[in-house]
Amino acid sequence: MINLSAVLLAFDWGFLLQKLILIIIIVSVSLVVAMYETYLERKVAAWMQDRIGPNRAGPFGILQPIADGGKLFFKEEIIPNTSNKTLFVLGPGLAMLAALMTCAVIPWSSHLQFGDTTVQLQIADVNIGILYIFGVVSLGVYGIMIGGWASNNKFSLMAALRGASQAISYELAMGISLIALLFITGSLSMRTIVEEQMKNGIWNVVYQPLGFLIFLVCAFAECNRTPFDLPEAESELNMGYHQEYSSMKLGFYLFAEYINMFISSAVMATLFFGGYDVPFLDESTLAPNVAAIIGLIAFMIKIGFFIFLFMWVRWTIPRFRYDQLMNLGWKKLLPLALVNMLVTAAVMLWLHK
Amino acid sequence: MSITEILFWFLSVLTLVSAIMVLISKNPVHSVLWLIATFFAISGHYILLNAQFLAIVNLIVYAGAIMVLFLFVIMLMNLDVAIEPKRSMWMKFAGVISGGLLLAVLLSVVRTSVDLTNKTAQLNTGDIGLIKNLGHTLFTQYAVPFEVSSILFLSAMVGAVVIGKKN
Amino acid sequence: MQSLTNRNKPVDRAPMNFWERLYLPEIFKGMIITLRHLFKRKATIQYPEQKREFSRVWRGLHVLNRDEEGRERCTACGLCALACPAEAITMEAAERELGEENLYREEKYAAKYEINMLRCIFCGLCEEACPKDAVYLSETVAPADYARKKFIYTKEDLLIPNPVTEPEAYAKAKGLEPNENRLTGKR
Repeated sequence: MINLSAVLLAFDWGFLLQKLILIIIIVSVSLVVAMYETYLERKVAAWMQDRIGPNRAGPFGILQPIADGGKLFFKEEIIPNTSNKTLFVLGPGLAMLAALMTCAVIPWSSHLQFGDTTVQLQIADVNIGILYIFGVVSLGVYGIMIGGWASNNKFSLMAALRGASQAISYELAMGISLIALLFITGSLSMRTIVEEQMKNGIWNVVYQPLGFLIFLVCAFAECNRTPFDLPEAESELNMGYHQEYSSMKLGFYLFAEYINMFISSAVMATLFFGGYDVPFLDESTLAPNVAAIIGLIAFMIKIGFFIFLFMWVRWTIPRFRYDQLMNLGWKKLLPLALVNMLVTAAVMLWLHK
Repeated sequence: MSITEILFWFLSVLTLVSAIMVLISKNPVHSVLWLIATFFAISGHYILLNAQFLAIVNLIVYAGAIMVLFLFVIMLMNLDVAIEPKRSMWMKFAGVISGGLLLAVLLSVVRTSVDLTNKTAQLNTGDIGLIKNLGHTLFTQYAVPFEVSSILFLSAMVGAVVIGKKN
Repeated sequence: MQSLTNRNKPVDRAPMNFWERLYLPEIFKGMIITLRHLFKRKATIQYPEQKREFSRVWRGLHVLNRDEEGRERCTACGLCALACPAEAITMEAAERELGEENLYREEKYAAKYEINMLRCIFCGLCEEACPKDAVYLSETVAPADYARKKFIYTKEDLLIPNPVTEPEAYAKAKGLEPNENRLTGKR
């Protein structure tokens, strides 16, 4: 233990500090975005139904999410007597953790330059970025399942089972549609995928329209959004898996859903729409800091579009029935994704011959 | 002691503690959750060995899919303590003895094996666990076992479909 | 039956063609419709600031009327209570004493007159039944409250202010002129 101090001194504390600050910024940005997604959801819903939406808290109702959050905070925290208390508390925490962990591998923009130090605007550029996202997303299922089971309520349990089986089923088609994309990119690192698209000037969605469509549908299902919000089907299951939850624990579940939406929008923008690439603009001619900021703005606009798409679909399409959901997942999307993968592989082989 | 070693000991303790908790927790759902924790710790070990692909696949397949199915089954069963069947003392005794024997055999094999003595795992070095090298090895050197195992999976899938069709 | 809107469509039970079974084009069509609604004029009325005009035949909260000298018109005949399908009205009659001629128009008056607004269905049959033009349904919505007790309106709650002693309150209670616009308050 004597050389522990030597170990600690040898460690690159500046790097750690830089990453820590980046993590704090990204997590808080995700939280703020999730907050304003709730506002946007209500506004979009209202507009599509010829209403105005929340407009009393602050100008244009801009403070509405803060009021909502404050309300959730000050509600009574109820833990049912018959529930499994540890797991009941663990459930929303896991859901939130899984939702926030996914943002680690997303490249938010290129790098910033402060004198000699280069700050990559990405928490971790691991060479298995996409797989990491898959791994963490599959953990998100536990938040739902544990919460639903620990509530000791048959509706919650049913909803939890629905949510979990839905997530597992659609993960397959999602993964296979991604494999076709990976044939083209040849890398699993998110940053490499973006840089490849920037270099070519053609976004992956051009090569993989079907793959993107499958990925989009599966992303809707993974986020439990309408038309696949079966775990929260009020008309069948009352409230769904968070039936017994109140106060901020309920808030965590709702927040996790919105963060998932944000992250999956970011993933779609990264994989299929060039990430922080601005079309018809050569970033290498700009100063790195300017390029990074322009890229960040472009990326956020793309994410914003996908978030709007999520909401647009939600307020247009009614919910599927459960057998329809499973049929779509297993009998339509999975074979389609497989065909897409085989065709892509054949074309790639033919081109590289 | 480097950071890697500290992490190694931390993860090892975590693995063992959660593995023991799998066995001794009364509630089967808790057991499954501890098992998931074990998988996480093992994935951490994989990362220390620079086998990121294995680590994440371990998480996706085991923690993400198989354990969910385990949880499914356990949550749907009625697992009250009251209706738990009483097992006789002899059953427990036999279980302990057979488990102990298996452990002894494994230990002796590990101790006497030529390949493993005086070798420590490559920590943080070596790139065999990276996806490119792994894929290359899998499809060249170990192509036949790989294909055989995929046929095994295929037959399992067909079997599941047949069983499903019957009802 | 004759169609009212010309928008009804007969149910089409023909099997879906390939294009429809693709599902996505139809979803896209629906999304275009919702997108168009995004830019439509909004139907919302900002309530406390703006108010929607009541219909000419709106039946709101009851008012017990007085004549132009400020005397109560009601004679407690009980016809309104009889007509009421919800049995919301109860009353007790009393005889007018000497010296009360400026208070009550006829020899008999309602000492107690109560309408239970939780029972009332605002059908207006009491108004129709009244031979003395004493009870009217105004253009006011019954306000919400926390206690059930508050919804039993007594005679004091229902009576219109006296036009002789409190002319302003009377004018206010009578409400706006018939042709006035309720959104702007102007004629």
